[in-house]
Amino acid sequence: MSEAFVDFQNVWLAYNEELLAQNHFAVEDINLQVKQGEFIAIVGPSGCGKSTFMKLTTGLKMPSKGQILVDGQPVTGPLKISGMAFQAPSLLPWRTTLDNVLLPLEIVEPYRSSFKQKKDEYVARARKLLQTVGLGGYEDKFPWQLSGGMQQRASICRALIHEPKMLLLDEPFGALDAFTREELWCTLRDLWTEQRFNVILVTHDLRESVFLADTVYVMSKSPGRFVVKREIDLPRPRDLEVTYTPEFTAIVHELRGHIGAMRKDGAAINQ
Amino acid sequence: MNKKTLERWSPWVLLVITLVVWEGLCRAFNVSEFVFPSPSRIWQQFMEFKEVIAGHAWRTFWVTMAGFGIAIVVGVLLGFVIGSSRIAYAAVYPLMTAFNALPKAAFVPILVVWFGIGIGPAILTAFLISFFPIMVNIATGLATLEPELEDVLRVLGAKRWDVLVKVGLPRSMPYFYGSLKVAITLAFVGTTVSEMTAANEGIGYLLISAGSAMQMGLAFAGLLVVGAMAMVMYELFSYIEKHTTAWAHRGSQGE
Repeated sequence: MSEAFVDFQNVWLAYNEELLAQNHFAVEDINLQVKQGEFIAIVGPSGCGKSTFMKLTTGLKMPSKGQILVDGQPVTGPLKISGMAFQAPSLLPWRTTLDNVLLPLEIVEPYRSSFKQKKDEYVARARKLLQTVGLGGYEDKFPWQLSGGMQQRASICRALIHEPKMLLLDEPFGALDAFTREELWCTLRDLWTEQRFNVILVTHDLRESVFLADTVYVMSKSPGRFVVKREIDLPRPRDLEVTYTPEFTAIVHELRGHIGAMRKDGAAINQ
Repeated sequence: MNKKTLERWSPWVLLVITLVVWEGLCRAFNVSEFVFPSPSRIWQQFMEFKEVIAGHAWRTFWVTMAGFGIAIVVGVLLGFVIGSSRIAYAAVYPLMTAFNALPKAAFVPILVVWFGIGIGPAILTAFLISFFPIMVNIATGLATLEPELEDVLRVLGAKRWDVLVKVGLPRSMPYFYGSLKVAITLAFVGTTVSEMTAANEGIGYLLISAGSAMQMGLAFAGLLVVGAMAMVMYELFSYIEKHTTAWAHRGSQGE
């Protein structure tokens, strides 16, 4: 596929008019082409505009300059073909896990208008999805009865229930312990392998980005720019074992080097 | 007795101890019943005038409920408006705070001019004193929405209204029931205060007339009845709260 699915053309964003007037941008001159079904990860120091980048992609924020095309169409407002999940699972405590996962279908068209008639079908779909992430048997439990990892699985299900073409994850595994995190990497890998939606994963865990993504972008801090693009050519399917191979470690090291260099530059400027 | 049963019975134990000490002090120092009647004397007067008291209590009860009902409707509507719109919040909140600082008893003479002696001032005083906590709690519940969750919903094309109905309102329910507990006790205060100057019926009126007739036992019996009614209603709303919003009272949510 030659046509890019997500296409950023010289995108600049200032948070408000005042900052724009001062030429103070949260992200600068972003050029990015993501192929259909590609899994990309964005890494960088905290506060470098990674989350801003997500808001731009989903149309929650409009760029100050430049243009964003998704699926060939310019982004003009919230993009319903995307699903989002964040570090906090933010499930609704008065709804069961199943009802939490169904929430997007109550809101997004075309599901919304047919929600009452086709409820059984949707419930079946949600149950199946929960099953695939290992939450079978927990559908009728409330979020506060689940562990942190389980809540995050449910949160990802909620992001995927309306079969989005694009999944945006903002440090989704940041609050989990190392073992649970690796389990969820595999869950995400399997979901993606099966459904081949686009994924944009924002993270500060380099191992996570290298393990999961096809391409890793390194972002610099103030101004938020993409400074490095690294294709990850490790063969798929990738197993957790791959994270202990020298090739894997070499890539992680290389990326770490870029971030380290950036931090040093940043410190030099500050002096 | 284990710790849990002790905890459950502790208010009753304290009540009994208080009554015993009170009775004991009144007898030991031979306190005149015109100054400070003993519990036994209050009970005696209570039984003697129980039909009169019941009549006044019923009046106070339904007047309070009427005022409280209006307070719920107005409080929820106002709370909804200021909780769902930033501009309304900015505009209304300072004025409401100022209004809440006014002593509601001071409104009674004005209400008497407008509505005359009777149920009008009592219902309105109960309403004025009790709608504020309801409004504030609904507004708080609606306004405290996690930004991430809002993003999740907005990207799906959720309108402000969807977010309010699916997330805001359910989230504010525990706050709402919590506020009802506070508001109902305030409503009893409002009614009683108003009846003291602007009614010919009700516990407030009974307190004043018993006081002026030096029937201190009867006056205390009246106080007892208001306190008991407020407590029963408090417990009722507490029960409803626990059984409708159980999710808010259990363990952590991991947020």
